[in-house]
Amino acid sequence: MSAVLFFVAAIGVISGAVGVVVLRNPFFSVLALVAHLVSLAVLFLLLRAEFVAAVQVVVYAGAVMVLYVFVVAYVGGEEDSIGERLRSGASVGSGLRLGGAILGGALLVELLIALLGTGLEATSGYGAGYVAGPKAYGTPAYIGNLLLTRFLLVFELASFLLLIAAVGGVVLARRRGGIGEDDEHETFVALDVLRPRGTGTMAEGVGVGNGRALRADSETAPVKTGAGRPS
Amino acid sequence: MSIAWYLAVSAIVFSLGAVGVMTRRNPLVVLLCLELMLNGGNLALIAFSRMWGNGDGQILAIVVMTVAACEVCIGLGMIVAIYRRQLPIDVDELRELQG
Repeated sequence: MSAVLFFVAAIGVISGAVGVVVLRNPFFSVLALVAHLVSLAVLFLLLRAEFVAAVQVVVYAGAVMVLYVFVVAYVGGEEDSIGERLRSGASVGSGLRLGGAILGGALLVELLIALLGTGLEATSGYGAGYVAGPKAYGTPAYIGNLLLTRFLLVFELASFLLLIAAVGGVVLARRRGGIGEDDEHETFVALDVLRPRGTGTMAEGVGVGNGRALRADSETAPVKTGAGRPS
Repeated sequence: MSIAWYLAVSAIVFSLGAVGVMTRRNPLVVLLCLELMLNGGNLALIAFSRMWGNGDGQILAIVVMTVAACEVCIGLGMIVAIYRRQLPIDVDELRELQG
């Protein structure tokens, strides 16, 4: 049963990865990555890493991929435009593609030799013994115990890294004019709405409140509204 | 299934991600392929963790996920900034840092 589940999940993982690399539209690439992540969570479950599998599905396939979908929708998800150009002109594009594929194949062979060709007998085994229980290997209680005792420093460093990344993301994606200077919208004074222009009130006479005061020397008067500000 | 099968799958996923990083030109897809490489590493970590019956590999996998989330945050922020400045979203044409 676990062998069948392994092969189904492994086929899902590898086909999802191929889809990410091959598909032209970035939106479909993101969807392929979601399928890949869910299948990978099944593999994690088979390896008795329940908590990591749950985190993978909830955080990775849920939150991070939604962020990707938003950015693809915002940026427009254009196809590889320069790829078409290179392919129509010289054969540089296909040459690069071929070279990348050859290098990737070499990397795969090297990794397989390194991972499977080792003298470790344990890689051909089924793993260490496992006793089911509420605090067994891989359960949330086990992971939480490790994170808050042996790996407390790692945990705090990771949270600090997340804080830095959040601040960096906000700084990178902010509006270039800054947050305070919003030149597109005029400031809107409630006094202009309540009192129409040219009614001859005293406030209009001294040039307060209404930007276009009727006095000739209105330049010297304090202008409160944003109409006269250079944009 | 023996641990070696999981290691083979992780090697395949890692090399597919490397091929994607080398061949794709859209920075969004390059980031997705980086995620693939990190996931290949994660699968190997958890397989080794299962091999020894020790939780350290799982903790390391969770830390890798955190780092991946940070990388996504910064990378997508950079892509949005590139888009705002009307620059081409293409890793071959973004050569302002070149001398």
